[in-house]
Amino acid sequence: MAHFTKATSVKDWLNQRLAVEKVEKVMMSEYWIPKNINFLWAMGMVLVVTFALLVVSGIFLLMYYVPTTADAFYSVNYTIMREVDFGWLWRHVHGVAASVVFLIIYIHMFTGIYYGSYKKGREMIWISGMLLFVAFSAEAFSGYMLPWGQMSYWAGMVITNLFSGGSLHADGLVEWIRGDYVPAQAFLGRFFMLHVLLLPLAIMGLIGLHFGALRIPHVNNQDGEEIDFDAEAKKYLDGDKAGSKVMRFANDFMSKDMMVVGVYLIFFFYLVFYNYGFAMDPVNFDPADGLKTPAHIYPEWYFLWSYEILRPFSIDLGLILFAFAQVIFVLLPFLDRSPNTVPANRRGLFAIWFWVMLANMIVLTAMGKLPPEEPFSTIGFYSAIIFVAQWLLLPIITMFEKKV
Amino acid sequence: MKNSSRRGFMGKAFGAVAGVGAVASLYAMKKSWDPLPSVKAAGFTTLDMTIYEENVMVTEKWRGKPIFVLKKSAAVMEKEKGNAAAEARNIKIGDDNFMIAIGLCTHLGCIPAFREDEGNFLCACHGGMFDASGLVLKVPPPRGFDIPPFKIDGNKLILGEVGPEYKTMKDNGVTL
Repeated sequence: MAHFTKATSVKDWLNQRLAVEKVEKVMMSEYWIPKNINFLWAMGMVLVVTFALLVVSGIFLLMYYVPTTADAFYSVNYTIMREVDFGWLWRHVHGVAASVVFLIIYIHMFTGIYYGSYKKGREMIWISGMLLFVAFSAEAFSGYMLPWGQMSYWAGMVITNLFSGGSLHADGLVEWIRGDYVPAQAFLGRFFMLHVLLLPLAIMGLIGLHFGALRIPHVNNQDGEEIDFDAEAKKYLDGDKAGSKVMRFANDFMSKDMMVVGVYLIFFFYLVFYNYGFAMDPVNFDPADGLKTPAHIYPEWYFLWSYEILRPFSIDLGLILFAFAQVIFVLLPFLDRSPNTVPANRRGLFAIWFWVMLANMIVLTAMGKLPPEEPFSTIGFYSAIIFVAQWLLLPIITMFEKKV
Repeated sequence: MKNSSRRGFMGKAFGAVAGVGAVASLYAMKKSWDPLPSVKAAGFTTLDMTIYEENVMVTEKWRGKPIFVLKKSAAVMEKEKGNAAAEARNIKIGDDNFMIAIGLCTHLGCIPAFREDEGNFLCACHGGMFDASGLVLKVPPPRGFDIPPFKIDGNKLILGEVGPEYKTMKDNGVTL
């Protein structure tokens, strides 16, 4: 056993047993962040805060929600919304956060793509981030089932049908996933379990991996500059704070981070109190009915771009392209053949690639929301083709990129 | 050397035990997600086929799924003439002709709406269309409506039981 001495203070007592000072240094005061960054570097903390809001509001919803097909709808729309004091607050925080979290994830993702933060040693940051995106998508989808309204039911029907694999007709697999021929009690029960236990556990684990992946390569910076973190940290600790290219994570970086979080939270609670409607689909205020499809089924806005890639094609091709769209972002570090870790605006053709990708995904999102009629179907069709073509072109245009 | 081989043996022995346990528990987990016997046994629906009116689409329910029943008029039958795919799907009960199908789009399972004026089905989800015989008019659906297992019993139709007419359709690839 290690040697313990009589503690001189509470802190010393804890230090001897838990090395709290060492932990504080490793996690906060001597975790180094580059100085040349901008507000987009705060999105990680904004996501942490949003996830915390989801967990806390979810805990309160969980106490009154009843996961049965007979009672789910009323436990949400009557018990939680009408009877529970401030039940509406938890529901609206949960709904708005579930939508806004994807907006921030997309900003976080495109920031990473723009600044090349997935390259040269940062591949695992990117991959763990994309796994988080997948886990959040599954979490959002499973949560969307729980109010057991018309959109819940029909989104559940359509998405689980994707697993039949088109012409493969894996209907047995679809029935296995549902536990029934159609979404019913077995389906609601298992998606409830996934939403409140298994997927949140997976998300927390992946967040740990995502943070861990940052430790060795460190956070990227605005110029993609390769910083010698040990040398710069020494400079900082020796007193040359102004000359050093790095700063402490806490309190230096955190203070600005939390400033952005503060602005974000004002925007967030403005939505929660005055503009929550966008996160609450009116169709889902009708109880689930297996014999009546709503006139127009569409997913939440954050899934629209990939939904639109599915829509204009025959089922097999649609499913293949849809699967392609789901996984292709994970492969970005390997499809980008250029050695340059610099912002996109200094990378020639890649700059065009980046802005076309961003604009095209916005077009796909808009077309996915519109009914499947002309001219939207045609625009969606060409946008989907551009999306796929861009990914096929990426290795070629980056291979010929000049070294900056 | 002796020690390490002993450790190696223990490692392999544990691996074997854990492997058997892992496979067994995966099997149990898989089976726990299977549809329950009560769900599977949920039955057979019997329809009285004399109550339907021509060109009025009625939705019945079988195993939680909507079943389209459309009694075809002479005009529709005239249009179908010569179209082998449409004729093969026709279900004749007494003197009446029916289109009976699972009312789920074969694309991703939305319920297409019957448009009385056009006499066809339109799926709101992805714009797929089906004609009055249940054949695809417009993609993305990969095939016509699926036909549920049925048995004709006089003027009655039993959904869920396999009769000779259904078996012929299935064998000829008319339905899945």
